[in-house]
Amino acid sequence: MTRSRRVSSVLGEVVVALLFALFMIPFAMVVLNSAKTSKEIIFDALALPTRWGQLLINVGLIFNNRTVHYGNAFIDSVLITFFSLVVIVLFSSMCAWALVRTRKAWATILFFAFVSAMVIPFQVLMFPLVHWMRILGDFLHFRLLQSIPGMVFAYLGFGAPLSIFIFHGFIKNIPYELEESATIDGCSPAQTFFKIVFPLLQPIIITVLILNGIWIWNDYLLPLLMLGSNGAVQTIPVAVTAFAGAYLKQWDLILTSTLIAMLPVIVLYLFAQRYIIKGMIEGAIK
Amino acid sequence: MQRHSLTKVLFVLPSLFAFTMVILIPFFYGLYFSMTDWNGVSDSIKFIGFVHFGRVFTQPSFVYSFLISAAYTAINVVLVNAFGFVLALVVTSNLRFRNFYRAGFFAPYLIGGIVLGYIWQFLFNNTIPSFGKAFSIEAFQTSFLSRSASVIWAMSIVNTWQYAGYIMLIFIAAIQAIPTSLMEAAKVDGAGYFRRVFRILIPMMANAFTISLFLTLTTSFKQFDMNLTLTNGGPATRFLGQPVMASQLLAMDIFNTAKANRMAEAQAIAVILFVALVVVSIIQVSINKSKEVEL
Repeated sequence: MTRSRRVSSVLGEVVVALLFALFMIPFAMVVLNSAKTSKEIIFDALALPTRWGQLLINVGLIFNNRTVHYGNAFIDSVLITFFSLVVIVLFSSMCAWALVRTRKAWATILFFAFVSAMVIPFQVLMFPLVHWMRILGDFLHFRLLQSIPGMVFAYLGFGAPLSIFIFHGFIKNIPYELEESATIDGCSPAQTFFKIVFPLLQPIIITVLILNGIWIWNDYLLPLLMLGSNGAVQTIPVAVTAFAGAYLKQWDLILTSTLIAMLPVIVLYLFAQRYIIKGMIEGAIK
Repeated sequence: MQRHSLTKVLFVLPSLFAFTMVILIPFFYGLYFSMTDWNGVSDSIKFIGFVHFGRVFTQPSFVYSFLISAAYTAINVVLVNAFGFVLALVVTSNLRFRNFYRAGFFAPYLIGGIVLGYIWQFLFNNTIPSFGKAFSIEAFQTSFLSRSASVIWAMSIVNTWQYAGYIMLIFIAAIQAIPTSLMEAAKVDGAGYFRRVFRILIPMMANAFTISLFLTLTTSFKQFDMNLTLTNGGPATRFLGQPVMASQLLAMDIFNTAKANRMAEAQAIAVILFVALVVVSIIQVSINKSKEVEL
């Protein structure tokens, strides 16, 4: 390597390192200022915190707050995300398998309906949805609004098209002979699916879990409309906005609440980075 | 055989039921509502045809939102794809720590728009002005969010920060699918770095551009969460002699129109958003598809 090329490659490394540092500044600012009092932030937003213990005090203030029940929102968010993912993976894979293995017109039409629904923006659906969920809930004598089961039901409906599409593409490439031999061995169709096909889906299930999980955890409008802005059931993004609305410009509290909101995702990302990146690429390309 | 069909029908039912209740019925309900005088309060709903569709186009607030959303989308499509492409080149080179960089550049995508909006509101309103005062830089001393001329650009910066890492991932996958022999051969033939990028790399990854342009276009045009928590539509400005909100994108215009109990009108704007999205994406994808090359 010549001298000038070595210089330019070192220069490149430095430029990229600086760009990366610039990219990370927003995260650093959240962490630094979550460990300050409101006064300290207004005095100097750039300074390093004097006592890191303040971070724990701020976290305590948020979880003990009486206006916004952040702890409950955290639990509700975990429950809604978890159960939505379970039903999406289970029912979407079942549906996709049935559609792949049915060579009839209705299966093709249904698959086409699921796929084309993906272009509909949420804005067209949101107000009629709430109106209709109220009518449907009254009719079924089942609480769909302001309830966790109602949210899970809605996420199944909104998550199904993309998930079915992804499972459909994967199941198409599973050799049919595997299922035939299971049938000859006396498996019922349901047993064939759960014992033979479902275990084979494991890599694509991870993709479906990641795509839906990130979306549901961060989703704002659907929980806002179905649960209300400060109802008994709440999700983290709704609680964060309630917090910011109640404590205008109290950045110590607002920033700490955002830190708590993003912590689970960041921790998950640190451990499952490889799967998340792979899942995101597969989700986008399909 | 009978048993087979029955199982399959049962397997389809749960997803189909939820899909019908949550997407299909609200969709057609919504199309109908956009042609009524629905206000979300009164139970009597009267069919009035396309009245709202004509009326919204005479409203400065809607026309402004539509135009500013289009401008915002255009800025984002350029910025996000350009940055995503540069980042992809960086992390596919033989740089040290490239996997670490890749993970870091993608991280903002994982944080939801609501949380991001607050973080950047803090950066624009507190951190950057502090920095401006500390180093006496005039332009940084007032917030970019308080000036109607710069607010859209501030939102585009945040959007680029959020999505560039995601688009980067798509480009990385495309770059890695190109046979290295192709680039090597061009290098032996004496083609410089930029020539290789523009003549070989970009044409070879046209498929990835179809996807990335589609994603950036649709996400920008539908933007809501970050818009709400970063600017909430503000600051106020004037358009065609009327007061309007300088950064109120279409999705927020829909939301605020509905909050004012003009539900049917909001629904009509949503239908316009839907039609615009479909038309623009069909045009974009067909143009891009015509440029894709097969190896």
